[in-house]
Amino acid sequence: MKAILVTGRTLGQGLGLEIGKLSELYHRNVATCEMNRDDMEKLGVREGGLVRVSSGLDSIVLRVVRSFEEVPPGIIFVPYGPWINRIMRPETHGTGMPSFKGIEVEVELEASDLGEIPKIDELLSRS
Amino acid sequence: MKELLIKNATVYDPMNGIDGEKMDIAVREGKIVESSELRDARVLDASGLVAMPGGVDIHAHIAGPKVNKGRLLRPEDHLRVIQRKRRGLRPIVGYTIPTTFTTGYWYAAMGYTTVMEPATPPLMTRHTHEELNDTPIIDKACFPVVDSNWFVLEYLKEGDIEGCAAYLSWLLRAVKGYALKLVSPGSDEAWGWGGGLRGIDDPVPNFDITPKEIIRGLHRVNRLLGLPSPIHIHCNDLGSPGNYRVTLDTMRCVEDLAEEGRPSLHVVHIQFNAFAGTGWGDLSSGASELAKYVNSHNHVTADLGQVLFDDTTTMTADCPWQYVLHKISGNKWVNHDVEAETGGGIVPYKYRRKNYVNAVQWTIGLEFALLVKDPWKLCLTTDHPNGGPFIEYPRIMAWLLSSRAREASLARINKRARRRSSLDSIDREYTLYELAILTRAAPARILGLKGKGHLGVGADADISLYRLDPESTDLSKEYKVVREALRRAAYTIKGGEIVAVDGEPLNTTYGSTYWVDVEVPERDEERVKRDLQERFERYYSVRLENYPVEERDLRISSPLKIRAEGF
Amino acid sequence: MESYTGVTCPFCGCLCDDIEVSVDRGAIIKVANGCAYSLTKYLNYNRDRITTPLIREGDKQVPVELSEAVERAAKILSEAEYPVLYGWSSTSAEAIGLGIELAEEVGGAIDNTTSVCHGPTTEALQELGLPGCTLGQVKNRADLVIYWGSNPLQSHLRHMSRYTIGAEGRWRRGRDDRTLVVVDVRRTYTARVADYFIQVEPNRDYELITALRMALRHEEIEQDRVAGVSVEDIEELADLMMGCEFGALFYGLGLTMSYGKNRNIDAAISLVRDLNRWTKFVMIPMRGHFNVNGANIVFLWHTGYPFAVDFSHGYPVYAPGATSAVDILSRGESDAALIVSSDPAANFPRRAVENLFKNPLIVIDPHRTVTSMRADVVIPSAFVGIECEGTAYRMDGVPIKMRGVIDPPKGVLSDEEILGRILEEVRRLRG
Repeated sequence: MKAILVTGRTLGQGLGLEIGKLSELYHRNVATCEMNRDDMEKLGVREGGLVRVSSGLDSIVLRVVRSFEEVPPGIIFVPYGPWINRIMRPETHGTGMPSFKGIEVEVELEASDLGEIPKIDELLSRS
Repeated sequence: MKELLIKNATVYDPMNGIDGEKMDIAVREGKIVESSELRDARVLDASGLVAMPGGVDIHAHIAGPKVNKGRLLRPEDHLRVIQRKRRGLRPIVGYTIPTTFTTGYWYAAMGYTTVMEPATPPLMTRHTHEELNDTPIIDKACFPVVDSNWFVLEYLKEGDIEGCAAYLSWLLRAVKGYALKLVSPGSDEAWGWGGGLRGIDDPVPNFDITPKEIIRGLHRVNRLLGLPSPIHIHCNDLGSPGNYRVTLDTMRCVEDLAEEGRPSLHVVHIQFNAFAGTGWGDLSSGASELAKYVNSHNHVTADLGQVLFDDTTTMTADCPWQYVLHKISGNKWVNHDVEAETGGGIVPYKYRRKNYVNAVQWTIGLEFALLVKDPWKLCLTTDHPNGGPFIEYPRIMAWLLSSRAREASLARINKRARRRSSLDSIDREYTLYELAILTRAAPARILGLKGKGHLGVGADADISLYRLDPESTDLSKEYKVVREALRRAAYTIKGGEIVAVDGEPLNTTYGSTYWVDVEVPERDEERVKRDLQERFERYYSVRLENYPVEERDLRISSPLKIRAEGF
Repeated sequence: MESYTGVTCPFCGCLCDDIEVSVDRGAIIKVANGCAYSLTKYLNYNRDRITTPLIREGDKQVPVELSEAVERAAKILSEAEYPVLYGWSSTSAEAIGLGIELAEEVGGAIDNTTSVCHGPTTEALQELGLPGCTLGQVKNRADLVIYWGSNPLQSHLRHMSRYTIGAEGRWRRGRDDRTLVVVDVRRTYTARVADYFIQVEPNRDYELITALRMALRHEEIEQDRVAGVSVEDIEELADLMMGCEFGALFYGLGLTMSYGKNRNIDAAISLVRDLNRWTKFVMIPMRGHFNVNGANIVFLWHTGYPFAVDFSHGYPVYAPGATSAVDILSRGESDAALIVSSDPAANFPRRAVENLFKNPLIVIDPHRTVTSMRADVVIPSAFVGIECEGTAYRMDGVPIKMRGVIDPPKGVLSDEEILGRILEEVRRLRG
């Protein structure tokens, strides 16, 4: 399904930063996404399940986590970090700022035996 | 280079009464000495060159949060002058709001060696010092703005002059400031709610104290502390047609407190507060009324605030005025209130010679300078960059030295403004001696900087040599030659070292930051400490212990130690 | 045991200066007053620490003496045609100044994290200006506080209690005296404690702000809804804004990163400017890193520009989109990089990261980071505000001196010292 991707700061992501980007805490908090419950139902994914988010440039698999901040339908929220940056376009439209919020993406259910979320070092060695 | 002998210069040193005498100047260990003290001096042949003490700029916005926001606001200004970096020198960037490095280099190029940053918000003055630390060559100081400061307003409302003085001695030490600055007294507190004040009897909302009471109170505090300079005041109602009356009221309001031989008030950029008329359409010059007052009273000094016809950047702590200017001009506008203290506003502005109001402004500054009889009461400024950039001071010098130069400009300004101005009928031409007073001796004296502004034995060896020969050059006819000579000093000497040649700086060296370290009676100091501990955290968003700037935060700290006697 | 009070936290743009830190036998054992971020930083700063300088040999990073690492770094930078020097927002003003001198010396580009944070704010400010103030002004006077595209309860945890709706000021007692409005695309934690929550559709803030400006002027809005918000709600918000005594708009990356970017800020500045006709209104950008504002400020007094400065011509050139780090890296225009206290490999779009790794890479950082793991030269540095001092500038421009409370690991220097040595070596190489 089509969705608008919004990336942003979360407490878990921020704390994970301080513990270390290679840590389990960081991975658990950042390689994630929050979705609207109705959208999750439409997609057939449950909390803890995996989805694949594609931007047209690339795609990444993320774990769906419980949202305490009520994501509206049609929006998917992902914490800032190297996972979602894999699919970010570099264009800054003459401002220096890439479009980190409000991008059109495709979200689909990722069957758990086909996809796995790479660890951060694998992510970056895979260029 | 420990010793220097400048030979055969034509010297103008008004503080020591020297008016174009050919003489030698001897320098040793950064000070002026008797020639007989030299053993092995480098000799600089200054035949055909004019020598003056290094220039002293009593009022130019060169460093601090407001100036830096101005840099941010105006990337287009930075494209006006660019010079690649050279060995030992940083790149040169900018025009009305140059980088700090450019500022130092350009002042040195003109033969100026001491500059005062005239308005710094105390809470943010650490920033001002970081910029001054990165302003090469010149000696400098900064003036904290204190007129809308909550502690000041509360002490003065109580009539507690001694408490206010003890607080301000603490503040001056905490922010490493040199003099007390008032900017449209009380207005920034009114602006905290979006308002302003009218005249000097309009009470500040919530504090119930008038500008007049603030001015009188701070004058008494200044005297009690024994500060080297009087209070510096940007008068209320700046920019308003008819405001010359408020300026007169301001000068009059401390007449009864005036002390023989010492100015009570230094009125800054007086041009902007010398408007007569009732509106923009009938704006006219109030310069003669103000000059008349200044001529007949000895407790007031002033600096000009002359405008130049060019695109420049206005920036003052007069937030209500800056907002008005934004509305009038439609130009972009930055505002930044500083909690419990003051604020700042920035608006680019272009003075046009064909614009009636701007042309009248141009005539006002010059009229005032030419009508004031005693040059010791006057300093040359543009309120950089409000009236124009400091690099254009030589243009103003030419207008003062040459009635021909004035005529040439008068011919091009708005005709109605020309007709209404009395400039055409003023023949007076400044002499080089008088110009040296306006740009060196008077500012140094008003600031109380004993080692500056003169070339007597014991003075700091800050010397400017210009390619100017008054014997062979008619200063009035050849004003363009004079202007060029003053724009690029042949040699600029700072603390005995040659720092610039032909207007080109040699290297990035650094001068001192002056500040006043005033000792007050322990009892009053303790009382203020308690007041600070009690109120500070309620008023501010930082802790008291994190507010002060330490001496080691200044690149080269030069405190003036004073003991306040009159408590 | 030593206890320190009035310590300034080096995490975010709030620069809370009331932290209490206790140090015992070379370790921080207690932190009081700080938020979760602050506590986590102080108590975990030694994790993943780089303890010695490293140089890449093959696919290993090998420990070396500092002098060797400095020499190699200087060599890389001075031999590069167009090095890019990035980061700067998590170090001291003093270090930043040296970084700029270094960039000048090697004719490279220097950029700070503003370009991926509030770059759009500065771009809009350059066109319109900005009516702002220091945070204490808001604390003392504001009866209306708006967070737009900002979620302080996730990002700046003490902002509300120290500076806005929870703070006690001279004329405002606290929460009861103030109205909180939140505008966001989703109902965030901050939205949940607001008096008014306006849910705006993603990428439509510009339209919403424009509609608000129309409502201020009592102009007719022809649609029923704008950006997903009903006209009634828009008009109510406009009335609230006009009717307050002192309004403060805090805005964040919701505006700078969404479609429109600097144009969104343009619109917000215009709105606040308009409001000053009726009442007192200010705006303050929610700056992320503790010294990103300091990076802007130091860049400005050295070069005239706040970020994205190119020195390849020997003088500063500013052209975001061309001289900004993401663009330079994405287009593969640089041939070396120096990263100071930042982790672009984790924060930048993929293509920029790939190009970053293609060329010689120097990292100066206290921590092992995703970027440092791929670097050719790594130099460990001390934490500003924990292990060494330096000036930082708060989100509202107020400068605060950060102090050290504990010594860095043996042999680890401050960014300021390291950069000073690299600069000296570069100058020596250039003769």
